[in-house]
Amino acid sequence: MLKRFFPILLSILTFLLGWDLLTRLSGIPNFILPSPLSVWSRFLRAMQDGSLLHHTAITLTEIVLGLIVGVLFATVLGYALAKSRALEKVLSPYLVASQAIPVIAIAPLLVIWLGDGILSKVVICALIVFFPVLVNTIVGVRSVPTALYDLMNSLHASRAQIFWKVEAPASLSVFLGGLRIGATLSVIGAIVGELVDAESGLGFLLQLGDFQYDTPMVFVAVFTLIALALMLYGAVRLLENKFLKWQN
Amino acid sequence: MSHAPILTIRNLSAVFQNENGGLRALDDVSFNVRPREFVCVLGPSGSGKTTLLRILAGLIPPTSGSFTFGRGRQPSIGMVFQQANLMPWRTVIENIKLPLEVNQMDEASARKKAIEMIELVGLQGFEDSLPRDLSGGMAQRVAIARALIHDPDLLLLDEPFASLDAMTRERMWTELSRIWQARQKTVIMVTHSINESLFLADRVLVLTQRPGKIKMDVAVDLPRPRKDDIRYTSNFGKLARKLRGAIE
Ligand SMILES: Nc1ncnc2c1ncn2[C@@H]1O[C@H](COP(=O)(O)OP(=O)(O)OP(=O)(O)O)[C@@H](O)[C@H]1O
Ligand SMILES: [Mg+2]
Repeated sequence: MLKRFFPILLSILTFLLGWDLLTRLSGIPNFILPSPLSVWSRFLRAMQDGSLLHHTAITLTEIVLGLIVGVLFATVLGYALAKSRALEKVLSPYLVASQAIPVIAIAPLLVIWLGDGILSKVVICALIVFFPVLVNTIVGVRSVPTALYDLMNSLHASRAQIFWKVEAPASLSVFLGGLRIGATLSVIGAIVGELVDAESGLGFLLQLGDFQYDTPMVFVAVFTLIALALMLYGAVRLLENKFLKWQN
Repeated sequence: MSHAPILTIRNLSAVFQNENGGLRALDDVSFNVRPREFVCVLGPSGSGKTTLLRILAGLIPPTSGSFTFGRGRQPSIGMVFQQANLMPWRTVIENIKLPLEVNQMDEASARKKAIEMIELVGLQGFEDSLPRDLSGGMAQRVAIARALIHDPDLLLLDEPFASLDAMTRERMWTELSRIWQARQKTVIMVTHSINESLFLADRVLVLTQRPGKIKMDVAVDLPRPRKDDIRYTSNFGKLARKLRGAIE
Protein backbone atom coordinates (compact mmCIF):
# COMPACT_ATOMS: atom_id res chain seq x y z
CA MET A 1 0.00 0.00 0.00
CA LEU A 2 2.62 2.51 1.12
CA LYS A 3 4.84 1.37 -1.70
CA ARG A 4 2.13 1.99 -4.26
CA PHE A 5 1.35 5.50 -3.11
CA PHE A 6 4.89 6.54 -2.34
CA PRO A 7 5.71 7.91 -5.83
CA ILE A 8 2.46 9.90 -5.93
CA LEU A 9 3.06 11.25 -2.42
CA LEU A 10 6.60 12.19 -3.32
CA SER A 11 5.53 14.04 -6.46
CA ILE A 12 2.83 15.96 -4.57
CA LEU A 13 5.32 16.94 -1.85
CA THR A 14 7.85 18.07 -4.44
CA PHE A 15 5.17 20.09 -6.19
CA LEU A 16 4.10 21.81 -2.96
CA LEU A 17 7.69 22.49 -1.99
CA GLY A 18 8.50 23.95 -5.41
CA TRP A 19 5.39 26.10 -5.26
CA ASP A 20 6.25 27.33 -1.78
CA LEU A 21 9.82 28.17 -2.77
CA LEU A 22 8.59 30.01 -5.85
CA THR A 23 6.30 32.24 -3.80
CA ARG A 24 9.04 32.91 -1.21
CA LEU A 25 11.94 33.60 -3.54
CA SER A 26 10.29 35.29 -6.52
CA GLY A 27 8.51 38.01 -4.57
CA ILE A 28 5.30 37.52 -6.55
CA PRO A 29 2.55 39.14 -4.46
CA ASN A 30 0.10 36.90 -2.66
CA PHE A 31 -2.92 38.07 -4.66
CA ILE A 32 -1.26 36.86 -7.86
CA LEU A 33 0.30 33.64 -6.67
CA PRO A 34 -0.64 32.73 -3.12
CA SER A 35 1.58 30.42 -1.12
CA PRO A 36 0.42 26.91 -0.34
CA LEU A 37 0.03 27.83 3.30
CA SER A 38 -2.24 30.79 2.60
CA VAL A 39 -4.35 28.60 0.35
CA TRP A 40 -4.52 26.03 3.12
CA SER A 41 -5.61 28.56 5.72
CA ARG A 42 -8.18 29.99 3.28
CA PHE A 43 -9.40 26.44 2.82
CA LEU A 44 -9.79 25.95 6.58
CA ARG A 45 -11.65 29.23 6.90
CA ALA A 46 -14.01 28.32 4.03
CA MET A 47 -14.63 24.98 5.70
CA GLN A 48 -15.37 26.63 9.03
CA ASP A 49 -17.87 29.15 7.76
CA GLY A 50 -19.53 26.40 5.72
CA SER A 51 -19.30 28.31 2.44
CA LEU A 52 -17.08 25.75 0.73
CA LEU A 53 -19.32 22.83 1.56
CA HIS A 54 -22.39 24.78 0.54
CA HIS A 55 -21.02 25.72 -2.89
CA THR A 56 -19.47 22.31 -3.44
CA ALA A 57 -22.79 20.64 -2.70
CA ILE A 58 -24.52 22.87 -5.26
CA THR A 59 -21.95 22.11 -7.97
CA LEU A 60 -21.95 18.42 -7.15
CA THR A 61 -25.74 18.33 -7.40
CA GLU A 62 -25.56 19.98 -10.83
CA ILE A 63 -22.91 17.52 -11.94
CA VAL A 64 -24.72 14.44 -10.70
CA LEU A 65 -28.08 15.49 -12.11
CA GLY A 66 -26.43 16.50 -15.39
CA LEU A 67 -24.64 13.17 -15.55
CA ILE A 68 -27.80 11.21 -14.87
CA VAL A 69 -29.83 13.12 -17.46
CA GLY A 70 -27.04 13.12 -20.07
CA VAL A 71 -26.18 9.47 -19.61
CA LEU A 72 -29.82 8.40 -19.63
CA PHE A 73 -30.62 10.21 -22.86
CA ALA A 74 -27.35 9.18 -24.50
CA THR A 75 -27.81 5.53 -23.59
CA VAL A 76 -31.39 5.26 -24.76
CA LEU A 77 -30.75 7.18 -27.97
CA GLY A 78 -27.42 5.40 -28.54
CA TYR A 79 -29.10 2.03 -28.25
CA ALA A 80 -31.85 3.04 -30.66
CA LEU A 81 -29.28 4.40 -33.14
CA ALA A 82 -27.16 1.27 -32.87
CA LYS A 83 -30.20 -0.85 -33.63
CA SER A 84 -31.62 1.19 -36.48
CA ARG A 85 -29.54 2.31 -39.45
CA ALA A 86 -32.54 4.30 -40.70
CA LEU A 87 -32.77 6.29 -37.48
CA GLU A 88 -29.03 6.86 -37.56
CA LYS A 89 -29.23 8.21 -41.12
CA VAL A 90 -31.98 10.64 -40.13
CA LEU A 91 -30.41 11.87 -36.90
CA SER A 92 -26.66 11.77 -37.45
CA PRO A 93 -26.45 15.12 -39.34
CA TYR A 94 -28.03 16.83 -36.33
CA LEU A 95 -25.81 15.00 -33.90
CA VAL A 96 -22.65 15.87 -35.79
CA ALA A 97 -23.77 19.48 -36.20
CA SER A 98 -24.51 19.73 -32.50
CA GLN A 99 -20.92 18.70 -31.83
CA ALA A 100 -19.55 21.39 -34.13
CA ILE A 101 -20.90 24.01 -31.69
CA PRO A 102 -18.86 24.17 -28.50
CA VAL A 103 -21.08 24.04 -25.44
CA ILE A 104 -19.27 27.13 -24.13
CA ALA A 105 -20.71 29.11 -27.03
CA ILE A 106 -24.32 28.24 -26.27
CA ALA A 107 -24.00 28.27 -22.49
CA PRO A 108 -25.03 31.97 -22.22
CA LEU A 109 -28.05 31.22 -24.37
CA LEU A 110 -29.09 28.36 -22.13
CA VAL A 111 -28.76 30.55 -19.07
CA ILE A 112 -30.99 33.17 -20.73
CA TRP A 113 -33.56 30.54 -21.59
CA LEU A 114 -33.49 28.50 -18.42
CA GLY A 115 -32.55 31.07 -15.81
CA ASP A 116 -29.45 31.44 -13.68
CA GLY A 117 -30.51 28.67 -11.29
CA ILE A 118 -29.46 25.04 -11.17
CA LEU A 119 -31.52 23.97 -14.20
CA SER A 120 -29.38 25.71 -16.82
CA LYS A 121 -26.23 24.14 -15.33
CA VAL A 122 -27.76 20.69 -15.27
CA VAL A 123 -28.68 21.06 -18.94
CA ILE A 124 -25.22 22.32 -19.95
CA CYS A 125 -23.67 19.49 -17.99
CA ALA A 126 -25.99 16.94 -19.63
CA LEU A 127 -25.18 18.31 -23.09
CA ILE A 128 -21.45 18.00 -22.60
CA VAL A 129 -21.79 14.48 -21.17
CA PHE A 130 -24.20 13.38 -23.88
CA PHE A 131 -21.94 12.96 -26.88
CA PRO A 132 -19.10 10.75 -25.62
CA VAL A 133 -21.60 8.46 -23.91
CA LEU A 134 -23.77 8.36 -27.04
CA VAL A 135 -20.89 7.49 -29.33
CA ASN A 136 -19.56 4.81 -27.02
CA THR A 137 -23.01 3.31 -26.55
CA ILE A 138 -23.39 3.00 -30.31
CA VAL A 139 -19.92 1.52 -30.76
CA GLY A 140 -20.45 -0.82 -27.81
CA VAL A 141 -23.79 -2.17 -28.96
CA ARG A 142 -22.58 -2.53 -32.55
CA SER A 143 -19.58 -4.52 -31.36
CA VAL A 144 -21.71 -7.30 -29.86
CA PRO A 145 -20.74 -10.43 -31.82
CA THR A 146 -23.57 -11.62 -34.10
CA ALA A 147 -22.75 -15.19 -33.09
CA LEU A 148 -24.05 -14.43 -29.59
CA TYR A 149 -27.33 -13.22 -31.06
CA ASP A 150 -27.52 -16.53 -32.95
CA LEU A 151 -26.91 -18.38 -29.71
CA MET A 152 -29.68 -16.51 -27.89
CA ASN A 153 -32.09 -16.87 -30.80
CA SER A 154 -31.44 -20.60 -31.02
CA LEU A 155 -32.56 -20.74 -27.39
CA HIS A 156 -35.70 -18.73 -28.22
CA ALA A 157 -34.59 -15.97 -25.84
CA SER A 158 -36.79 -12.88 -25.48
CA ARG A 159 -35.66 -9.37 -26.49
CA ALA A 160 -35.28 -8.45 -22.85
CA GLN A 161 -33.12 -11.52 -22.21
CA ILE A 162 -30.95 -10.70 -25.20
CA PHE A 163 -30.52 -7.18 -23.88
CA TRP A 164 -29.63 -8.12 -20.31
CA LYS A 165 -27.63 -11.25 -20.98
CA VAL A 166 -25.76 -10.24 -24.13
CA GLU A 167 -25.99 -6.63 -25.22
CA ALA A 168 -25.54 -5.00 -21.83
CA PRO A 169 -22.54 -7.03 -20.64
CA ALA A 170 -20.90 -7.14 -24.07
CA SER A 171 -21.02 -3.38 -24.55
CA LEU A 172 -20.38 -2.40 -20.94
CA SER A 173 -16.63 -1.99 -21.35
CA VAL A 174 -16.90 0.49 -24.21
CA PHE A 175 -19.85 2.17 -22.52
CA LEU A 176 -17.93 2.74 -19.29
CA GLY A 177 -15.07 4.17 -21.33
CA GLY A 178 -17.52 6.79 -22.58
CA LEU A 179 -18.84 7.36 -19.08
CA ARG A 180 -15.30 7.94 -17.83
CA ILE A 181 -14.83 10.74 -20.38
CA GLY A 182 -18.33 12.05 -19.68
CA ALA A 183 -17.78 12.12 -15.93
CA THR A 184 -14.70 14.34 -16.23
CA LEU A 185 -16.38 16.56 -18.80
CA SER A 186 -19.40 16.99 -16.55
CA VAL A 187 -17.30 19.04 -14.11
CA ILE A 188 -16.38 21.39 -16.94
CA GLY A 189 -20.05 21.63 -17.93
CA ALA A 190 -21.20 22.70 -14.49
CA ILE A 191 -18.41 25.27 -14.12
CA VAL A 192 -18.99 26.77 -17.56
CA GLY A 193 -22.64 27.23 -16.63
CA GLU A 194 -21.80 28.80 -13.30
CA LEU A 195 -19.23 31.15 -14.81
CA VAL A 196 -21.85 32.53 -17.18
CA ASP A 197 -24.17 33.49 -14.37
CA ALA A 198 -24.85 31.95 -10.99
CA GLU A 199 -25.66 32.78 -7.40
CA SER A 200 -23.85 29.80 -5.96
CA GLY A 201 -21.58 26.88 -6.79
CA LEU A 202 -17.83 26.54 -7.12
CA GLY A 203 -17.84 28.53 -10.36
CA PHE A 204 -19.56 31.36 -8.49
CA LEU A 205 -16.97 31.07 -5.71
CA LEU A 206 -14.23 31.18 -8.31
CA GLN A 207 -15.58 34.38 -9.76
CA LEU A 208 -16.20 35.91 -6.37
CA GLY A 209 -12.61 35.24 -5.37
CA ASP A 210 -11.52 36.78 -8.64
CA PHE A 211 -13.51 39.97 -8.13
CA GLN A 212 -12.36 40.40 -4.55
CA TYR A 213 -8.71 39.66 -5.31
CA ASP A 214 -9.14 36.73 -2.94
CA THR A 215 -6.77 34.61 -4.98
CA PRO A 216 -6.33 31.93 -2.29
CA MET A 217 -10.10 31.38 -2.53
CA VAL A 218 -9.76 30.91 -6.29
CA PHE A 219 -7.15 28.26 -5.63
CA VAL A 220 -9.33 26.56 -3.07
CA ALA A 221 -12.17 26.41 -5.60
CA VAL A 222 -9.89 25.06 -8.33
CA PHE A 223 -8.48 22.35 -6.09
CA THR A 224 -11.98 21.38 -5.01
CA LEU A 225 -12.93 21.04 -8.66
CA ILE A 226 -9.93 18.83 -9.27
CA ALA A 227 -10.94 16.69 -6.32
CA LEU A 228 -14.48 16.39 -7.70
CA ALA A 229 -13.23 15.36 -11.13
CA LEU A 230 -10.87 12.79 -9.60
CA MET A 231 -13.67 11.44 -7.44
CA LEU A 232 -16.00 10.97 -10.40
CA TYR A 233 -13.25 9.41 -12.45
CA GLY A 234 -12.49 7.09 -9.54
CA ALA A 235 -16.15 6.14 -9.23
CA VAL A 236 -16.24 5.02 -12.85
CA ARG A 237 -12.98 3.13 -12.34
CA LEU A 238 -14.61 1.35 -9.42
CA LEU A 239 -17.51 0.35 -11.65
CA GLU A 240 -15.04 -0.93 -14.23
CA ASN A 241 -13.14 -2.93 -11.63
CA LYS A 242 -16.36 -4.41 -10.35
CA PHE A 243 -18.02 -5.30 -13.65
CA LEU A 244 -15.11 -5.88 -15.99
CA LYS A 245 -13.09 -8.29 -13.89
CA TRP A 246 -13.24 -10.79 -16.77
CA GLN A 247 -11.17 -8.45 -18.93
CA ASN A 248 -8.00 -8.13 -16.90
CA MET B 1 -37.30 -47.18 -31.09
CA SER B 2 -40.09 -45.41 -32.91
CA HIS B 3 -39.68 -44.95 -36.62
CA ALA B 4 -42.00 -41.99 -37.08
CA PRO B 5 -39.72 -39.13 -38.09
CA ILE B 6 -39.08 -36.44 -35.51
CA LEU B 7 -38.09 -34.04 -38.26
CA THR B 8 -39.44 -33.89 -41.81
CA ILE B 9 -37.68 -31.63 -44.28
CA ARG B 10 -39.41 -31.01 -47.59
CA ASN B 11 -37.96 -29.28 -50.66
CA LEU B 12 -35.93 -26.81 -48.65
CA SER B 13 -34.21 -24.09 -50.68
CA ALA B 14 -32.25 -21.05 -49.57
CA VAL B 15 -31.36 -18.11 -51.79
CA PHE B 16 -29.30 -15.19 -50.50
CA GLN B 17 -29.84 -11.87 -52.22
CA ASN B 18 -26.72 -10.31 -53.67
CA GLU B 19 -25.70 -7.87 -56.44
CA ASN B 20 -26.16 -10.32 -59.30
CA GLY B 21 -29.64 -11.54 -58.53
CA GLY B 22 -29.30 -14.17 -55.86
CA LEU B 23 -27.00 -16.85 -54.59
CA ARG B 24 -28.60 -20.24 -54.24
CA ALA B 25 -27.09 -21.98 -51.23
CA LEU B 26 -29.48 -24.90 -50.80
CA ASP B 27 -31.54 -26.47 -53.55
CA ASP B 28 -34.54 -28.68 -52.94
CA VAL B 29 -33.27 -30.59 -49.95
CA SER B 30 -35.58 -33.24 -48.49
CA PHE B 31 -34.95 -35.80 -45.80
CA ASN B 32 -36.40 -37.25 -42.62
CA VAL B 33 -34.73 -37.70 -39.28
CA ARG B 34 -35.82 -40.37 -36.85
CA PRO B 35 -35.83 -39.80 -33.08
CA ARG B 36 -32.42 -40.40 -31.52
CA GLU B 37 -30.78 -40.62 -34.88
CA PHE B 38 -27.27 -39.24 -35.29
CA VAL B 39 -27.08 -37.69 -38.75
CA CYS B 40 -23.87 -36.28 -40.19
CA VAL B 41 -23.91 -33.84 -43.09
CA LEU B 42 -20.84 -33.87 -45.31
CA GLY B 43 -20.20 -31.59 -48.24
CA PRO B 44 -17.74 -29.28 -49.89
CA SER B 45 -17.25 -25.76 -48.63
CA GLY B 46 -20.13 -23.49 -49.60
CA SER B 47 -22.60 -26.32 -50.14
CA GLY B 48 -25.00 -24.81 -47.64
CA LYS B 49 -24.37 -27.00 -44.58
CA THR B 50 -24.30 -24.12 -42.12
CA THR B 51 -27.27 -22.58 -43.89
CA LEU B 52 -29.21 -25.81 -43.38
CA LEU B 53 -28.50 -25.81 -39.63
CA ARG B 54 -29.35 -22.13 -39.34
CA ILE B 55 -32.70 -22.73 -41.01
CA LEU B 56 -33.47 -25.68 -38.73
CA ALA B 57 -32.52 -23.58 -35.68
CA GLY B 58 -34.95 -20.89 -36.80
CA LEU B 59 -32.20 -18.31 -37.23
CA ILE B 60 -33.10 -17.63 -40.88
CA PRO B 61 -36.23 -18.54 -42.83
CA PRO B 62 -35.95 -20.83 -45.86
CA THR B 63 -36.65 -19.22 -49.23
CA SER B 64 -38.99 -22.07 -50.05
CA GLY B 65 -39.90 -25.49 -48.74
CA SER B 66 -40.73 -26.46 -45.21
CA PHE B 67 -39.58 -28.39 -42.19
CA THR B 68 -41.84 -29.78 -39.52
CA PHE B 69 -41.12 -31.37 -36.21
CA GLY B 70 -42.79 -34.60 -35.27
CA ARG B 71 -44.29 -33.31 -32.05
CA GLY B 72 -45.92 -30.40 -33.81
CA ARG B 73 -44.52 -27.73 -31.54
CA GLN B 74 -41.28 -25.77 -31.91
CA PRO B 75 -38.56 -28.06 -30.59
CA SER B 76 -36.05 -26.85 -28.07
CA ILE B 77 -32.66 -26.67 -29.67
CA GLY B 78 -29.12 -27.14 -28.50
CA MET B 79 -26.66 -25.66 -30.94
CA VAL B 80 -22.89 -25.91 -31.04
CA PHE B 81 -21.31 -23.40 -33.37
CA GLN B 82 -18.10 -23.77 -35.28
CA GLN B 83 -16.42 -21.45 -32.77
CA ALA B 84 -17.19 -22.26 -29.14
CA ASN B 85 -19.10 -18.97 -28.96
CA LEU B 86 -18.91 -18.58 -25.20
CA MET B 87 -19.64 -15.37 -23.36
CA PRO B 88 -16.23 -14.10 -22.26
CA TRP B 89 -17.66 -12.40 -19.17
CA ARG B 90 -19.25 -15.57 -17.86
CA THR B 91 -17.43 -18.34 -16.05
CA VAL B 92 -17.63 -21.93 -17.27
CA ILE B 93 -20.56 -22.76 -15.03
CA GLU B 94 -22.38 -19.53 -15.89
CA ASN B 95 -21.92 -20.20 -19.60
CA ILE B 96 -23.24 -23.71 -19.23
CA LYS B 97 -26.37 -22.71 -17.36
CA LEU B 98 -27.33 -19.96 -19.82
CA PRO B 99 -30.10 -22.03 -21.51
CA LEU B 100 -31.66 -22.73 -18.13
CA GLU B 101 -31.60 -19.03 -17.29
CA VAL B 102 -33.33 -18.32 -20.58
CA ASN B 103 -35.94 -20.92 -19.60
CA GLN B 104 -36.20 -19.14 -16.24
CA MET B 105 -35.30 -22.13 -14.12
CA ASP B 106 -34.57 -21.25 -10.52
CA GLU B 107 -30.94 -20.56 -9.71
CA ALA B 108 -30.38 -23.51 -7.35
CA SER B 109 -31.65 -26.20 -9.73
CA ALA B 110 -29.83 -24.56 -12.63
CA ARG B 111 -26.56 -24.69 -10.72
CA LYS B 112 -27.10 -28.31 -9.79
CA LYS B 113 -27.73 -29.29 -13.40
CA ALA B 114 -24.75 -27.28 -14.57
CA ILE B 115 -22.53 -29.15 -12.15
CA GLU B 116 -23.83 -32.45 -13.55
CA MET B 117 -23.02 -31.28 -17.07
CA ILE B 118 -19.54 -30.20 -16.01
CA GLU B 119 -18.94 -33.73 -14.80
CA LEU B 120 -20.35 -35.18 -17.99
CA VAL B 121 -17.86 -33.26 -20.14
CA GLY B 122 -15.05 -33.71 -17.64
CA LEU B 123 -14.40 -30.13 -16.66
CA GLN B 124 -14.42 -30.56 -12.88
CA GLY B 125 -12.24 -27.95 -11.24
CA PHE B 126 -12.83 -25.39 -13.98
CA GLU B 127 -16.32 -24.31 -12.87
CA ASP B 128 -15.24 -20.77 -12.12
CA SER B 129 -12.67 -20.32 -14.87
CA LEU B 130 -13.23 -17.72 -17.53
CA PRO B 131 -13.28 -18.74 -21.21
CA ARG B 132 -9.97 -16.97 -21.84
CA ASP B 133 -8.29 -19.44 -19.49
CA LEU B 134 -9.54 -22.51 -21.38
CA SER B 135 -7.89 -24.41 -24.20
CA GLY B 136 -9.79 -24.74 -27.48
CA GLY B 137 -10.89 -28.26 -26.62
CA MET B 138 -12.11 -27.28 -23.17
CA ALA B 139 -14.04 -24.32 -24.59
CA GLN B 140 -15.69 -26.63 -27.11
CA ARG B 141 -16.67 -29.00 -24.30
CA VAL B 142 -18.26 -26.09 -22.45
CA ALA B 143 -20.20 -25.33 -25.63
CA ILE B 144 -21.35 -28.95 -25.84
CA ALA B 145 -22.41 -28.97 -22.19
CA ARG B 146 -24.32 -25.74 -22.79
CA ALA B 147 -26.07 -27.27 -25.80
CA LEU B 148 -27.16 -30.31 -23.77
CA ILE B 149 -28.11 -28.85 -20.41
CA HIS B 150 -31.73 -27.95 -21.18
CA ASP B 151 -32.31 -31.43 -22.57
CA PRO B 152 -33.13 -30.14 -26.07
CA ASP B 153 -35.23 -32.09 -28.54
CA LEU B 154 -32.68 -31.51 -31.26
CA LEU B 155 -28.93 -31.08 -31.19
CA LEU B 156 -27.41 -29.08 -34.08
CA LEU B 157 -23.63 -29.24 -34.34
CA ASP B 158 -21.73 -27.16 -36.89
CA GLU B 159 -18.22 -28.54 -37.30
CA PRO B 160 -17.81 -28.42 -33.56
CA PHE B 161 -14.34 -29.95 -33.64
CA ALA B 162 -12.89 -28.23 -36.70
CA SER B 163 -10.68 -25.93 -34.70
CA LEU B 164 -9.16 -28.65 -32.55
CA ASP B 165 -5.92 -30.55 -33.01
CA ALA B 166 -6.22 -34.15 -34.19
CA MET B 167 -5.69 -35.73 -30.80
CA THR B 168 -8.17 -33.59 -28.91
CA ARG B 169 -10.63 -34.06 -31.74
CA GLU B 170 -10.53 -37.83 -31.49
CA ARG B 171 -10.96 -37.68 -27.75
CA MET B 172 -13.97 -35.43 -28.29
CA TRP B 173 -15.48 -37.98 -30.70
CA THR B 174 -15.38 -40.58 -27.97
CA GLU B 175 -16.86 -38.15 -25.46
CA LEU B 176 -19.61 -36.99 -27.78
CA SER B 177 -20.62 -40.50 -28.68
CA ARG B 178 -20.66 -41.44 -25.00
CA ILE B 179 -22.81 -38.40 -24.18
CA TRP B 180 -25.09 -39.11 -27.12
CA GLN B 181 -25.61 -42.69 -25.98
CA ALA B 182 -26.20 -41.64 -22.39
CA ARG B 183 -28.65 -38.89 -23.31
CA GLN B 184 -30.29 -40.41 -26.41
CA LYS B 185 -30.51 -37.22 -28.42
CA THR B 186 -31.41 -36.55 -32.02
CA VAL B 187 -28.33 -35.04 -33.58
CA ILE B 188 -27.59 -33.32 -36.86
CA MET B 189 -23.91 -32.64 -37.18
CA VAL B 190 -22.05 -30.88 -39.99
CA THR B 191 -18.52 -31.98 -40.62
CA HIS B 192 -15.79 -31.98 -43.23
CA SER B 193 -14.28 -35.20 -42.02
CA ILE B 194 -15.26 -38.61 -43.36
CA ASN B 195 -13.63 -40.32 -40.40
CA GLU B 196 -15.55 -38.16 -37.98
CA SER B 197 -18.87 -38.93 -39.64
CA LEU B 198 -18.19 -42.68 -39.72
CA PHE B 199 -17.07 -42.64 -36.12
CA LEU B 200 -20.22 -40.90 -34.88
CA ALA B 201 -23.16 -41.17 -37.24
CA ASP B 202 -26.01 -43.59 -37.86
CA ARG B 203 -26.38 -41.99 -41.22
CA VAL B 204 -24.40 -39.66 -43.45
CA LEU B 205 -25.86 -37.18 -45.92
CA VAL B 206 -23.54 -35.90 -48.63
CA LEU B 207 -24.33 -32.56 -50.23
CA THR B 208 -23.25 -31.51 -53.72
CA GLN B 209 -21.29 -28.39 -54.65
CA ARG B 210 -23.29 -25.18 -54.35
CA PRO B 211 -26.20 -25.12 -54.56
CA GLY B 212 -26.36 -27.99 -52.10
CA LYS B 213 -28.57 -30.92 -53.02
CA ILE B 214 -28.53 -34.29 -51.33
CA LYS B 215 -26.20 -36.40 -53.38
CA MET B 216 -26.02 -39.47 -51.20
CA ASP B 217 -27.72 -40.82 -48.11
CA VAL B 218 -25.66 -43.58 -46.50
CA ALA B 219 -26.57 -45.69 -43.47
CA VAL B 220 -23.57 -46.35 -41.24
CA ASP B 221 -24.15 -49.84 -39.88
CA LEU B 222 -20.98 -50.07 -37.84
CA PRO B 223 -21.32 -51.60 -34.36
CA ARG B 224 -21.25 -49.37 -31.30
CA PRO B 225 -19.49 -48.35 -29.21
CA ARG B 226 -16.99 -47.52 -31.90
CA LYS B 227 -13.40 -47.70 -30.77
CA ASP B 228 -10.42 -46.10 -32.40
CA ASP B 229 -9.43 -49.29 -34.23
CA ILE B 230 -12.76 -49.43 -36.07
CA ARG B 231 -11.13 -47.50 -38.88
CA TYR B 232 -9.09 -50.57 -39.81
CA THR B 233 -12.17 -52.76 -40.37
CA SER B 234 -13.15 -53.53 -43.93
CA ASN B 235 -16.66 -52.19 -43.47
CA PHE B 236 -15.28 -48.81 -42.37
CA GLY B 237 -12.95 -48.77 -45.36
CA LYS B 238 -15.77 -49.55 -47.75
CA LEU B 239 -17.97 -46.76 -46.37
CA ALA B 240 -15.08 -44.32 -46.37
CA ARG B 241 -14.33 -45.06 -50.02
CA LYS B 242 -17.99 -44.64 -50.90
CA LEU B 243 -18.17 -41.25 -49.18
CA ARG B 244 -14.87 -40.10 -50.62
CA GLY B 245 -16.14 -40.96 -54.07
CA ALA B 246 -19.27 -38.91 -53.47
CA ILE B 247 -17.43 -35.78 -52.34
CA GLU B 248 -15.98 -33.90 -55.27
N1 LIG C 1 -25.96 -14.51 -44.63
C1 LIG C 1 -25.54 -14.78 -45.89
N2 LIG C 1 -25.62 -13.85 -46.85
C2 LIG C 1 -25.22 -14.09 -48.11
N3 LIG C 1 -24.68 -15.26 -48.50
C3 LIG C 1 -24.56 -16.24 -47.59
C4 LIG C 1 -24.97 -16.05 -46.22
N4 LIG C 1 -24.71 -17.18 -45.54
C5 LIG C 1 -24.17 -18.03 -46.43
N5 LIG C 1 -24.08 -17.49 -47.65
C6 LIG C 1 -23.56 -18.13 -48.85
O1 LIG C 1 -24.23 -19.36 -49.03
C7 LIG C 1 -23.33 -20.36 -49.42
C8 LIG C 1 -23.42 -21.51 -48.45
O2 LIG C 1 -22.91 -21.08 -47.20
P1 LIG C 1 -22.77 -22.04 -45.95
O3 LIG C 1 -22.13 -21.26 -44.88
O4 LIG C 1 -24.08 -22.64 -45.67
O5 LIG C 1 -21.77 -23.13 -46.52
P2 LIG C 1 -21.09 -24.34 -45.77
O6 LIG C 1 -21.48 -25.57 -46.48
O7 LIG C 1 -21.39 -24.26 -44.32
O8 LIG C 1 -19.57 -24.03 -46.06
P3 LIG C 1 -18.29 -24.33 -45.12
O9 LIG C 1 -18.05 -25.78 -45.24
O10 LIG C 1 -17.21 -23.53 -45.74
O11 LIG C 1 -18.64 -23.89 -43.73
C9 LIG C 1 -21.97 -19.73 -49.48
O12 LIG C 1 -21.67 -19.44 -50.82
C10 LIG C 1 -22.11 -18.46 -48.71
O13 LIG C 1 -21.30 -17.45 -49.26
MG1 LIG D 1 -20.25 -23.89 -42.55
